[in-house]
Amino acid sequence: MKKILIIGATSAIAQETSKVYATAKNELILWGRNSQMLEAIASDLRVRGAGKVSVISHDLNDLSSHQKLVNDIWTNHGSVDVVLVAHGVLGDPRKAEVDQAEMLHLLNSNFVSHASLLTYIAPKMVAQKNGTIAVISSVAGDRGKQSNYVYGSAKAGMTCFLDGMRNRLFGTGVHIVNLKLGPVDTPMTKDHKKSPLFGKAPQVGAGIARAIEDQKNTVYLPFFWRYIMWIICSIPENIFKRLRL
Amino acid sequence: MRDNQSWGQYPLATDQTLYPFSNRFSLLPKVSASLLPRGLGRSYGDSCLNDHGVLLSSTGLNRYIDFNQETGVLCCEAGVSFDEILQLAVPRGWFLPVTPGTKFITVGGAIANDIHGKNHHIAGNFGHHVSRFEILRSSGERLICSRNENSDLFYATIGGLGLTGFITWVEFNLTKIDSSWIDQEQIQFHSLSEFFEIAAESETGYEYTVAWVDCVSSEKDIRGIFIRGNFAKPQATENYKVHKLTSLKNIPVYFPEITLNKFSIRAFNELYFRKNITPRKKNLVHYEPFFYPLDAIHNWNRIYGKRGFLQYQFVVPYKNDSGAAVQKIIQLLNKSQMGSFLAVLKTFGNVPSEGMMSFPKEGVTLALDFANYGEDLYQVLEECDAIVRSAGGAVYPAKDARMSKESFSAFYPQRKSFEQFIDPQFSSSFWRRVR
Repeated sequence: MKKILIIGATSAIAQETSKVYATAKNELILWGRNSQMLEAIASDLRVRGAGKVSVISHDLNDLSSHQKLVNDIWTNHGSVDVVLVAHGVLGDPRKAEVDQAEMLHLLNSNFVSHASLLTYIAPKMVAQKNGTIAVISSVAGDRGKQSNYVYGSAKAGMTCFLDGMRNRLFGTGVHIVNLKLGPVDTPMTKDHKKSPLFGKAPQVGAGIARAIEDQKNTVYLPFFWRYIMWIICSIPENIFKRLRL
Repeated sequence: MRDNQSWGQYPLATDQTLYPFSNRFSLLPKVSASLLPRGLGRSYGDSCLNDHGVLLSSTGLNRYIDFNQETGVLCCEAGVSFDEILQLAVPRGWFLPVTPGTKFITVGGAIANDIHGKNHHIAGNFGHHVSRFEILRSSGERLICSRNENSDLFYATIGGLGLTGFITWVEFNLTKIDSSWIDQEQIQFHSLSEFFEIAAESETGYEYTVAWVDCVSSEKDIRGIFIRGNFAKPQATENYKVHKLTSLKNIPVYFPEITLNKFSIRAFNELYFRKNITPRKKNLVHYEPFFYPLDAIHNWNRIYGKRGFLQYQFVVPYKNDSGAAVQKIIQLLNKSQMGSFLAVLKTFGNVPSEGMMSFPKEGVTLALDFANYGEDLYQVLEECDAIVRSAGGAVYPAKDARMSKESFSAFYPQRKSFEQFIDPQFSSSFWRRVR
């Protein structure tokens, strides 16, 4: 039985990954903002077979609380085998182009809060000499494009941060997984027109658990985004800047 | 892509907005348009459609709330599918109390249509196994409904076609099983009267009964295969084996309309009838092919082509006329050359439905499906409605795309008293059509 910490546990994709861990009778620690939803998810995971489920409800953008909450988790649970960082917002990309508050909100909710959490989580895992940290990033971070470059740059920052941390922690027993997700059909994307490229939350959620199990470095979910992004990243900038993507 | 249509792909709805409802503690959206709960969209006609309205999608409401391993009482959100429940329950020795021929439906939808299955003569409808649920109304009111609490709304919601408000969670009883395998027996029959004999003989001793019928091979009578079974005793290996989670078989595109014609339908029925070499065959099968033979092929509705298809399911009491109405309908369809690709015949037992608007009643029920031949078909089905009306029967709204207001009123005279329980903001394309 493993102990799994899910940060941003109310996200539709995180719930699907949590189900996989619950069915395999692992212990889960759910961290999110909405306590009512966290309790509902905890009950669901218990019915599915989770060994034990505990809940922390606190705003993830409250950076000043990170150190204490992370300390509390390790004090209460002794060790954690897997941390999945799953929170994030799509925000309003048009607004973020012109509105500083929205732009900062996107950067904070998709990068700063993650980096802050990992700053406290990584030493805990290094101290226990094992564990996996997996972070949900996005294909949007592979190349900036006009439709959502503020969100994309937060995710690009995330990728760089994770690559560096993985490199630094090599040999300590701690592994870092960067999960680059394409768009997924969830409440987060409810206002987006769906195409066949949209992933399904249960499949993507299960893919995350598999990538963690297989100790992948970077994984694209669904898998075909690796090829799509390879093509997009090979377009010369002189041409790319003229495209409407 | 055809999003948010019904399983029969006819009629096609226009101008619908999908609103994912994934937090059961929140309120319904504040909009001026009409609302209709929507599960997995397996209703065949327009009872799951809402032209110019909002579909409240419940598929994100898929959390369990509690499961008692000893008593089999399961409490879950309304969007949990039968597929998911089987994955949870079967390995623990439990099964759905009542299931239709597909597991891709939600618990909320099972209540809204008060669905029935192969064990109707013993277990009644799904509603019989429901103890409580919560209804969220557009006023923001939340009502817990059971046989003792808000019981009027409880009985109106069971079979209430999703019109009485949004079901957020449901508590119901599962059935204990000794294994996930079925002792199945298949018996060929060559006439309707022979079917009735086997059905009567199977009412005790067999939990699950159904018959596949070939309505196209002969003008005079029907033939078919009667299928009956019980959950088997514990098996040596793989006792509680759950169904396969994914299937590779998929119909990726709509078939051309020529695929199903009277020759191919006749050939299919001939082959199906002859698949068993012996007139009687006993074997042990897993619950999946027994209950859900068509679930193995995703998007099977596409074989009917882009124009879609219609299901027609009716029930008529048979005590008085021993199936004369069924005979008449089969002859009428044969005469008009409207071949049904798949036809399913079953007797409903004497367990009275509890839902105000529930479809099942004691008698015999026949389900037919037809490629959408258009006006000629609607004409013939209108004539079938008349036969069902004079026999005191009813047609199943969950499968209907065309019945007239007059027929609906005749089938469901209680609809007037049902109306007082409808949420003022809720409606469906079906309801506007038959009101």
